[in-house]
Amino acid sequence: MEQGVAVRLRGLRKSFGVVVAVDGVDLDIADGEFLTLLGPSGSGKTTVLRMIAGFELPTAGTVELAGTDVTHAPPFERDVNTVFQDYALFPHMTVQQNVEYGLKVAKVPRDERARRAADALAQVRLESFGDRKPSAMSGGQRQRVALARALVNRPRVLLLDEPLGALDLKLREQMQVELKQIQREVGITFVFVTHDQEEALTMSDRIAVFNAGRIEQVGTPAEVYEQPATEFVAGFVGTSNLLRGETAQTVLGHAGVFSVRPEKIHVADVDASPGEGEDSATGTVSEVVYVGSGTRYVVDLDAGGTLVALQQNLRTSSMDVLAMRGRKVRLVWRKEHEYRVGT
Amino acid sequence: MATTAVTGGKPAGSMRRLRATMHRRPGLRVASLLALPMTWMVLVYLTPLALLFVTAFWTTDSFTGLTKRTFSLENFTDILTEPAYYTVVMRTVGIAASVTVLCTLIGVPMAFFMARVASARWQPVLVALVLTPLWASYLVKVYAWRTILAPEGPAESWLGASPGYGLPAVVLTLTYLWLPYMILPIYAGLANMRGSFLEAAADLGSRPWRTFRTVVLPMVWPSIVAGSIFTFSLSLGDYITVQLVGGSSLMLGNAIYQNFSVSLPFAAALATIPVIVMVGYLLAVRRSGALDNL
Repeated sequence: MEQGVAVRLRGLRKSFGVVVAVDGVDLDIADGEFLTLLGPSGSGKTTVLRMIAGFELPTAGTVELAGTDVTHAPPFERDVNTVFQDYALFPHMTVQQNVEYGLKVAKVPRDERARRAADALAQVRLESFGDRKPSAMSGGQRQRVALARALVNRPRVLLLDEPLGALDLKLREQMQVELKQIQREVGITFVFVTHDQEEALTMSDRIAVFNAGRIEQVGTPAEVYEQPATEFVAGFVGTSNLLRGETAQTVLGHAGVFSVRPEKIHVADVDASPGEGEDSATGTVSEVVYVGSGTRYVVDLDAGGTLVALQQNLRTSSMDVLAMRGRKVRLVWRKEHEYRVGT
Repeated sequence: MATTAVTGGKPAGSMRRLRATMHRRPGLRVASLLALPMTWMVLVYLTPLALLFVTAFWTTDSFTGLTKRTFSLENFTDILTEPAYYTVVMRTVGIAASVTVLCTLIGVPMAFFMARVASARWQPVLVALVLTPLWASYLVKVYAWRTILAPEGPAESWLGASPGYGLPAVVLTLTYLWLPYMILPIYAGLANMRGSFLEAAADLGSRPWRTFRTVVLPMVWPSIVAGSIFTFSLSLGDYITVQLVGGSSLMLGNAIYQNFSVSLPFAAALATIPVIVMVGYLLAVRRSGALDNL
């Protein structure tokens, strides 16, 4: 067994007729890692997950699990388990029977089966729900059963296909924390698919950002957020805040495409002068979006282009911030927070 | 009209009042919805059924041939004590059960192919193809089978073997006739089933046959039962096919038909048997939850 790499994808391609869903993906996923495939719908992230699970056969390329080539192996011969977007709990079985299904298939003795199912249900805090039918449970509970049903088999890799997509915001945030906790406890490799960049940033050890069937960047949440490799990543992860062309030349003094994250930008008086190691640009506030804890200012720069600045509402009231609309301001940020985006 | 002007163009007068009354009284709404179908049900189904049951307890004067309208259990004791009738009932139920089993064995794989294997473009075509036999007349189809199975007919001369006329031919013909009624509910059940169930089973290590046994079959079981109600009851009441391809065998329908002109009360008593069998069958399948899907 090869040490360290749980999943290895090489030159993975998948086309459906004339549509190319996945267009050459190379990726190594380490043992015990929480890796998120992040991208807009149709970017190929779910297709990649389905090829790891064995539900789709690649048009080209290979899938390796723990050093073994499983490219053409059927799903039931792969040491991975999946949490489906629609949970896919068997409606004619109780929660207990659902969770025991994989163990029963693997011919685990009855006693051990019951014990492990109970452990798995306890892990997702559904100890007393074994006798229920899935139809008698809420969306959040079903989601946990689906998780327990997959985890109970102790797979080498757990695949999660937008498992939180159907939950409301509060529950989703709670489950994000719990999922991460469970992953730490069991130490299983998680491959998590989502289109929600916040979710990806919150939970992942590493993020692979997908666009149009290709991986644009792989990195830790901080890397992907603060040092986006491409314009697409800069725009998809967080707010697109780019200085380019003439504007970059005028404001920064050199050509190229640069990203500055909104929360790094300070909204100052138009007469203020930038300090040592700072850059600045003047402009007019065209939009003020009050978001409770903070305020988002959309500023049309005098040098052309638009930047968004996010300010905490520490000492300002909603009346103050709304009065900012139409005002001339100077945006100031530290030079180390401007990041050249590779094109 | 002044009223129209005042209410801003809303329909005036009695129509509006009727609508308001309907809105206030849900009972009235349901009553007006069901008035026509209920009248039809009561007149055309329930009343004749009640008359059938009443008639079954009358008798026929063996000398005058007239119906005696007094309560008697004579018809039923006759049926229960005469072995010939027992044989006919068992044969009829046996045929209906065989047809149902055959339809299930052919219908499940066929429906599975239509719903889960065939491409989305072919699915409606296949459904239409399954339905085409229903466009032809029942008699035409049975006569066709009579021709096919005839001595030295196509089956014998082309295939080299024919079951000939008899009970196997009856089962064969009825299976042909009622197969669409089995395929369609199973197809509907399978088409409604989300594909992720099959993937989830495979994902948990289950091989295709096990997935079929433990996931697909339990989930389409109500649809199979729904289809079986059609095939079973249609076979139970058939009496023409058996005359055309059944050789000398009789089914319950023939016995009823023969007694119809001789003793109407006895024919009525015989006619209660398929009703009782069907009620028994429906009670048995109700426990499977299948009736929820009808």
